[in-house]
Amino acid sequence: MTAKLTTVRAGALTTVQDSGRRGHAHLGVPRSGALDATAMRLANRLLGNDPDAAVLETTLTGCALRPDHPVTAVVGGAHCPVTVDGRPVAWGAPVRVPAGAVLNVGTATAGVRSYVAVAGGITTEPVLGSRSTDLLSGLGPGPLRAGHVVRVGTPARPVAPAVAVPWPGPPGELVLPVRLGPRADWFTPSALRTLTSVTYRVSPHSNRIGLRTEGPPLERATTGELPSEGIVLGAVQVPPDGRPVIFLHDHPTTGGYPVVAVVAEPALAAAAQATAGTPVRFTPG
Amino acid sequence: MTRSRSLTVRPAGRRALLVELPDAERTAAFHAEVLRRRAAGTMPPVEEIVPGARTVLLDGVPDPQALARGLTEWEVPRGAPDDGEVVDIAVRYDGPDLEHVAALWGIAPEEVAARHTSRTYRVGFCGFAPGFAYLTGLPAELHVPRRTTPRTRVPAGAVALAGPYSAVYPRATPGGWQLIGTMPDPGPLWDPTRERAALLTPGARVRFVTADALTAAGGTT
Repeated sequence: MTAKLTTVRAGALTTVQDSGRRGHAHLGVPRSGALDATAMRLANRLLGNDPDAAVLETTLTGCALRPDHPVTAVVGGAHCPVTVDGRPVAWGAPVRVPAGAVLNVGTATAGVRSYVAVAGGITTEPVLGSRSTDLLSGLGPGPLRAGHVVRVGTPARPVAPAVAVPWPGPPGELVLPVRLGPRADWFTPSALRTLTSVTYRVSPHSNRIGLRTEGPPLERATTGELPSEGIVLGAVQVPPDGRPVIFLHDHPTTGGYPVVAVVAEPALAAAAQATAGTPVRFTPG
Repeated sequence: MTRSRSLTVRPAGRRALLVELPDAERTAAFHAEVLRRRAAGTMPPVEEIVPGARTVLLDGVPDPQALARGLTEWEVPRGAPDDGEVVDIAVRYDGPDLEHVAALWGIAPEEVAARHTSRTYRVGFCGFAPGFAYLTGLPAELHVPRRTTPRTRVPAGAVALAGPYSAVYPRATPGGWQLIGTMPDPGPLWDPTRERAALLTPGARVRFVTADALTAAGGTT
């Protein structure tokens, strides 16, 4: 018998995410997928799930869920208090949630996005090969609302024996290795030095589309408009205000602002956990 | 940066190249060549092939530097290929900006339909929203600027112009393009449950036909 999870409390933004949609960027479809892919995979492994099985991604304020059958879940990613029917249970390790009990994922104490993986995985209907919610183009299931029900699949393998696993902590300082991007020549040499020598800060206006930064504006060497062109995940795009935006998984697939640099993909998991105000340094790499 | 004849290869991170071409026509030709080579199995693996206005992004490439070196040896036929499939789109020319566009074109509003339906367009690239295709093929004298104030809501099916492009909105979104007409049934533009989710894919050719003409010919609107 497979379980259903009823959303008791949706939190600020809770979405279904897996490893995203590949191969559709030419149709205007973003990759989407878990912003902290490392946390998603680790949570799934602890449950014996496929590493890319769909999970729930919360944002700052967690969520609360009630299964109609007993399930085993792992809450990882951003650190937060976890309770079952009000009793504290383990964060970052498998916990048993009885039928009818409420699994509460509390407000993050460090980091931004917690991940709720359930043995068997979340099994909403895939769209273009992925169950991910894509906020930019509205593909996949909409963000959870109170009363929403999501289905859980049949666990394929037994839950891994309890072992302590190292969860990466959220970054006190976000260090992002970058290489110069396709339009680095649209910026002055001084702007390129600024990019890799100044400490920026994460803007509170960040979301799944982009990590916005605050800091000195980057000066353009050329004026005028760039015809729309394809953009990669991790692109550091510079809008007219000069403040770099790091494109995350729901980013538009084409755009018309110059990309000064590109962040190496493995560093984006830490970017997903950087709270507003976190210092950001771009380092050559 | 590698320069060979008419293409410039720009790095885009560790796994991607942005190939820049001088104009839309040569971009279409290069894009067609990439697709041809991939179909023939002579392309290195590439996860995403994303054409833009003057570029083709090759993303998810295991060894971009090797591919960049190889690109300089490519012989790309000149001119946009004319073998893409042709999609007909039925339009009612009833948009709120029809008179404004007619004034910019220096013709009467009832002549806009004839101008717009008299040529074949090509999907240069997609973006903005799933299924939103940027159609090239309007001659320079018919290019129109975007509206100074974008609309907060453009309805699904709106047929629109901006700069060198025509487009049809697959769903209601904000938008700053000039609206000249309506595709009465925009449903087929984007359907992710269909095997081919997008009706208009890069490289496809598009003809606009007046909805009345289709009815007269026995088609459906």
